[in-house]
Amino acid sequence: MSDPRVVLDPTGERQAPVRERTPRPATLDGAAVGLLDITKARGDVFLDRLEEQLRDRGAKVLRFAKPTFTKVAPIDLRREIAEQCDVVIEALAD
Amino acid sequence: MTVLLPDGLVAVVKRDCPTCRLVAPVLADLRSRSLPLTIYSQDDPTFPDGLEPVDDTALDVSFALDVDTVPTLLRVEDGHETARLVGWSREQWAPFTGVADLGAGLPPHRPGCGSRTHDPDLAAARAAAADGARLASRRVELGPSEDDAEAMFERGWTDGLPVVPPTPERVARLLAGTTRDPDEIVAVVPPDLVPCTVEKVAVNAVMAGCRPDYLPVVLAAVEAACTDEFNIHGLLATTWFSGPLVIVNGPLTRAIGMNDGINALGQGNRANATIGRALQLVVRNVGGGRPGGVDRATLGQPGKYTFCFAEREHDSPWEPLHVTRGLPASSSAVTLFAAEGPRGIIDQLSRDAESLANTFAACLRATTHPKLALAFDAVLVVSPEHGRVFREAGCRRPSCSRSSTPGCSSRAPSSCAARAGSPRGSRTRCRT
Repeated sequence: MSDPRVVLDPTGERQAPVRERTPRPATLDGAAVGLLDITKARGDVFLDRLEEQLRDRGAKVLRFAKPTFTKVAPIDLRREIAEQCDVVIEALAD
Repeated sequence: MTVLLPDGLVAVVKRDCPTCRLVAPVLADLRSRSLPLTIYSQDDPTFPDGLEPVDDTALDVSFALDVDTVPTLLRVEDGHETARLVGWSREQWAPFTGVADLGAGLPPHRPGCGSRTHDPDLAAARAAAADGARLASRRVELGPSEDDAEAMFERGWTDGLPVVPPTPERVARLLAGTTRDPDEIVAVVPPDLVPCTVEKVAVNAVMAGCRPDYLPVVLAAVEAACTDEFNIHGLLATTWFSGPLVIVNGPLTRAIGMNDGINALGQGNRANATIGRALQLVVRNVGGGRPGGVDRATLGQPGKYTFCFAEREHDSPWEPLHVTRGLPASSSAVTLFAAEGPRGIIDQLSRDAESLANTFAACLRATTHPKLALAFDAVLVVSPEHGRVFREAGCRRPSCSRSSTPGCSSRAPSSCAARAGSPRGSRTRCRT
């Protein structure tokens, strides 16, 4: 037997990559704001009200919805949001 | 391991061998003639007495030379073996050593004994150590003052219960339970989306307390859990009570001694207990899904430590679950379900299948809330006593399903259909 005091690491041995946050925009004037509904009940009510307020402030609003709240957003949806929006607001509701 | 041998004659012996004791005077004779002779002793570093043998009780040299029988006598030139004899034979030893009257008082021939390298326990331990040394996982050296069990807790690797420390030897022995390569990727484990090898599954299965023959089931469970269909990420992230329930079918359940009988959903069976636990340890350690982290369960439930059982197939009124889900009866398979804890249904009054099915339906409608009967799936485990009622009534699963879902026609968790797993269940065949 080799040294019984050695064990194998059961983890993924993964170092979390450090990712820089995207800088916050100074203003939402003229910005494309994505509203992502995760499809939990009444999330749309909250987002509808948010859309009204954002439009009043001159923002361009785009609406998106996940197929189900139980899974992460599909990669195509994420790409669509990233390409079309300057900022995104995700609604959690229940 | 490479051994640099001294030139001249090399003998490998053990005291436990009568032939080795017989030839000890022969070796003394060779030594007295100032022939270059090196003696390795497998079991007693003082044997043969007075001849200054080299200690090979660790058997490094014997393994390196692939010694099969003792005594073994080698001729070595320029560090390499050029000839070999085994056992005692004057006819062979005399020309080999160049000493014509060697062992004059000894019988002309005696077979040798088995080398200690063939000791089954020793051979297995060495093989495990050698295999363990080839494993890829990071080595974690425990401090001299650390308790092994405590060390596992302190590194955050346990589910709250003690685990078996995953030494390289233990992991190597567990890997003997599969023909799959340790480097093979089994699944990408959420939430950290870490590619998980067969070896990493084995490390966690050792910790959970698995035996090698459970490994194919654990591998299948990990594979099934990480499919999009089952969605273990969503199961972790939910605030709901649920955790992965593993239902195992097929001949493997009997081969590895799983419990499909009394207390099948409870404690006391090693396979049931450790297979479910191993899956959860993989999710925790490899995937990084921990309570309070991505596991957002508000209250959780004790089945999240482990929840695994086998279906009792031999006297079931219906075909096995994995057959219903499209696999051959001869195969072994796991089916996963996002389950809360079990709850009982009592019916000691029903005398026929329809009445019993109605009881099941009434109870299933209220598993979470009577007004949310369609919002949740359920697995209905039918005990042999209730199963007999359906069998004797000749009640096939579909007809039973219709009769047991009054008012829930679209997708209700019916008594028998639900038993076949929910639409979100994921099944994976076990590969050995």
